[in-house]
Formats: sequence, structure tokens, C-alpha cells
Amino acid sequence: MTKNSGRVARRKVYNVVFVACCGVATIIAIGALVLILISLLQKGVPGLDANLFLSDTKSSCGDDTSCVPGGLRNAFVGSAMMLAAAMLMSISVGMLAGTWLSEYGGETRYGHLIRFLNDVLLSAPSILVGVAVWELLVKPFGGFSGWAGAVALAALAAPVVTRTTEDILAMQASSLREAGSALGTPKWQVVRKIVWRAAGGGLLTGALLAFARISGETAPLLFTALGNNFFSLDMNHPMASVPAVIFNDAENAFPDLVQIAWAGALVMSLVVLAVNVIGRILAREPRRS
Amino acid sequence: MAELSPSAAAFKGPRIPRGAIFDPWFRWLCASAATLLLASLGWIMVSLFIGGLPAFRKFGFHFITSVTWNPVTEDYGAAGPIVGTLVTGALSLAMALPLAMGIAVFLVEFCPKIIARPIAVAVELLAGIPSIVYGMWGLFVFAPFFALHVQTPLMMALPAGTFWGDIFQGIPNGANIFTASVILAIMILPYMAAVFRELFLTVPPQLRESAFALGSTPLETVTKVVMPFVSRGTIGVIMLGLGRALGETMAVTFIIGNTHAFPKSLFDSGSTIASTIANEFAEATSEMHTSALLALGLVLFVITFTVLAIARGLLSSQRYQ
Repeated sequence: MTKNSGRVARRKVYNVVFVACCGVATIIAIGALVLILISLLQKGVPGLDANLFLSDTKSSCGDDTSCVPGGLRNAFVGSAMMLAAAMLMSISVGMLAGTWLSEYGGETRYGHLIRFLNDVLLSAPSILVGVAVWELLVKPFGGFSGWAGAVALAALAAPVVTRTTEDILAMQASSLREAGSALGTPKWQVVRKIVWRAAGGGLLTGALLAFARISGETAPLLFTALGNNFFSLDMNHPMASVPAVIFNDAENAFPDLVQIAWAGALVMSLVVLAVNVIGRILAREPRRS
Repeated sequence: MAELSPSAAAFKGPRIPRGAIFDPWFRWLCASAATLLLASLGWIMVSLFIGGLPAFRKFGFHFITSVTWNPVTEDYGAAGPIVGTLVTGALSLAMALPLAMGIAVFLVEFCPKIIARPIAVAVELLAGIPSIVYGMWGLFVFAPFFALHVQTPLMMALPAGTFWGDIFQGIPNGANIFTASVILAIMILPYMAAVFRELFLTVPPQLRESAFALGSTPLETVTKVVMPFVSRGTIGVIMLGLGRALGETMAVTFIIGNTHAFPKSLFDSGSTIASTIANEFAEATSEMHTSALLALGLVLFVITFTVLAIARGLLSSQRYQ
């Protein structure tokens, strides 16, 4: 019996060690999140002022203490315009594609192929999307443009919208569709006025998650929208964006530019995290009711 | 029934419901949106192939085997970035995999229900932080810390010339293949943990309960019942994490040091395919330079597509949605 009780004790010890390791792994992940957020606040908050939102990017002041450092106004406006255009494009394409997968052709061989490729596209390297859009919209038309940046972002957001749309629509009760069809409603009206409406909150979540996914994307913008040091509302020309400015400023030797990069990174991260949290809260509500 | 239905006159209208003519249109619109997704993936491949063709034609296998990457002499060999991509991918995976499994097991098996949800959300928020912020954090916070407290002591302790001394050789500035892998590991960790968690939740509770009923400890239940049940999915998660790590751009660009040479040690600076494209594409000096970068992109596309395709295949066979 002593041999047996020794084995039990050993198993218990192994188990405790295992549970502890799992706990430590979780603590490491949470710790990384906390450390990154602390660094962001520490280094970003000193750069947060009205100037950041009201003046445009400019080159460094160097040692001149009297000069006022630039801000990020053009970058915020450029990012907002490109993101808005990208979201319009990706929501239209993604919702229709997700609807097709859920309501029409999802179970055909072609439907399985689309679903599979969409899943691959979900994790495809964003820089390759940027290069492909460069070949499509920058090289033939002779210049970088805000539209090219918006298309690149849309190509990254559309798979997210497609996936969430399909998942949400598939969750809707089929009795809803049957009830609509029994009243003689054409299928496209059933989809639009019944299924989409029933899925409303979930569809919004999908759009928010897609927005969170692309709003910090830098790589696809580098060779599509390029960047612009001046305030511009013209999407036919190069356009500034927050991530691209951060990329240029952070690898710079001038402390004032690095400061602006941290402030921009802080604002961007807060927006992305807030949108993420809102999306998750919205996604949780229907399950409760 | 009679009082429910309106008078027969109401039925004189058209037999086909109003608006039904738009049915095929709407169906066609949805189908073409789905096809657009297919087309965009196809275009990525075609554009990289066409753009990279001149470089492939000129250099052939030399492109993959040579370590010379010289825009001045127009001699491009991509072995450095390709190996850098594979090494950082493998290293980050080796670090993230045990952590991701640990988090998932903790959340599913051990964690009190009340705090499981907030922890899961916090881990998922880690995935929401933009790549470029990881890059800045790596460059300004993690790399200096690592250089001062890990790299320098290690290099002092290990004599040069020995096996370990060679592996940990490098410039102590924290910008190297190893730190890039650590940052990558933190970035892919939340994705892998989330999918692992969903995989573990697909294990039927009866299986788990019968293991406990036979007197298994939680450790034995996890390793002998839960893990075997999701084994195919596990490989899927590994591939998914690897696919993410291979294609990650901005964070790596910040911290890997950006040299095209073949990396000689863990603490040597290097480059990945994605970081090379990010650094050089906008300033490519010649047609051949652009073409070489596009060819590099095609190599990355083929690698990640294969890895992600395997991942999705295995995960869907687990009936993971």
C-alpha cells in the first residue's frame, strides 16, 4: 500500500505543477498586455495635446526649442477617409458574400471552395495584399492614391465581414425564413427584411471587428496610399495615415518625432481596443435575452 | 378559414408575388460578391507571379540559394530573408505553443467561471493591438531591456568559440532574430489560445467526466483524453499560428535589424521576406529590384498559402466552426 500511496502522491504533485504552469502561461499573456498598455500610456500621454489633432505632420524641429512640433491632423483625416471608404466597400461585398454562403450556395462545391479560400484570406499576409493592390491600382495609373489604400484595406476587411455574416445568418432560426416564404415573400425580400433584420446586432459586430482589424494596418498602406505631409481630402492623390506616419517617425532619431509616434500609437490603440470591446458587448447581448 | 381570408377579389392579382423578378438578380449579386473574394486571392497570386517572373527567369534557383542581395550590382539571392522567415516562424511557434495550450487548458479546465470570461477577453484584446504598436514596444521597451538583462550577461558568461557561445553571438542591441521571435510569439499567442479554447470546448463532457470518474487527475484527463480527441485540430492550430507568424510584417521590421545576410546565430540581426518588402518596395531602384521583391512575395505567398490551407483543412475536419 505504501507503494500505491506514493504513486498517488506523485500524481498529485505532477497535477499541481501542471495546473501551476497553466496559470503561469495565462499570467504571462495578461502580463504582456498590461506591460504594453503601460508603455503606451507612459510614452504616449505626454504627447497628447490639442496640437496633435490640430496641426499637420512636419519634419523634426531638431534642437530648436522655439519651434512647435507637428501634429497628426492630416494623418487622422486621411486614415478616417480611407477607413470609411474601405468599410463601405468591405461591408457591401462581405455581407452579400456571407449571405450567399449562408442562404444560397454555401453547400455547393463552389460554396465550399469560397469558404475555404475566404478562411485563407483571413490570415493572408497583409503586405502581400498591399503589393497586389499596388500592381492593380498604383502601377497602371501612375501614382499612389488614397483609393488604392482604401481598396487594400477593404480586401483585408471583407473576409472578416464575410465570415461573421455567414456565421450570424446561419444562427437565425429557419422558422423565420419559412414563415416569410409561407406568406409568399420573394426570397430576396425574406433575406433582406427578415433574416438581415433579425441578425442586426451580429452584423454590426462583424463590421466593428473588421474595422478593428484594419484600422491599425500599416503594411498594405506603405505602397498604396504612401503618405502625405500636407492636409489633403483628395483620395486620388497620396494620402497620410496614422500607422504610416508612426512607422516613419518611430524609426527616426529625433525625439520630438518619436514622441508624436507614441501619441499616435496610443490614440490608435485606444480606438482599436474600444471598438473591439464594443463589438464583443454587442455580440453577447442576444444570447442573454 | 373563411373569416381569415379576404374576399376572392383579392386573389385576382398576379400569381407571382411582387418583387419576385428581382430574386435572380439578388442571388446573382450575392454570388458575384462571393466570387470577388475568390478573384482577390487569385489576383494576389497572379500579380506576384507576373511581377516576379523576370527575377525568376534571370536568377532561377540562384534566387533561392544565394545569400547575396545587392541592389547596386543587380544581384538578388533571397536565402537570407527566406531562412529568416522560417527561423523566426519556428522559434515564435515553439514559444507560443506551450503558452497557448496552457492558457486554453487553464480557461477551460481550472479557471473559476466568473473570471474565465474576463481573462478570455483580455487575451483576445492582445490580438487587437495593432502590429505596429508591437513593433514600437519591441524596439523601445523590450529590445533595450533584453539587451541589458539577458543578451549581455549571456554573452559574458559564454566564451566565444564554443557551441553555445556561437549560438548566442551578436551585437548586444536587442534587435535580432530572437527578440523578433519573442514579439511574434506574443502576437500569435492570442489567436492560438482562442482556437485551442474552442477546440477543447468541443470535447464531449461525458468523455471528460468518465476520465474523472475513473480517478484521473486533471493532468491525466487533459493529456490522455482531451488532447487525443483534438489531435488533428491541434496540428491545425499550429499551422494557423505559423501562417500568422510567417506573414507578420511591421513588428518584425522594427526589431529584426534588417540585414540580408544569412543569420549566423540566434542573436544575429536578419530579415524576413515581409520585412524586406516593407523596407525596400517603395524605394525600389530598378525594374529588377521590384521584380525580385515581387518574386520574394510569391515565395511568401506559396509558403503561407500551403500552411494556412493545411491548417484550415485540419481544423474543419475537427468540425471546428
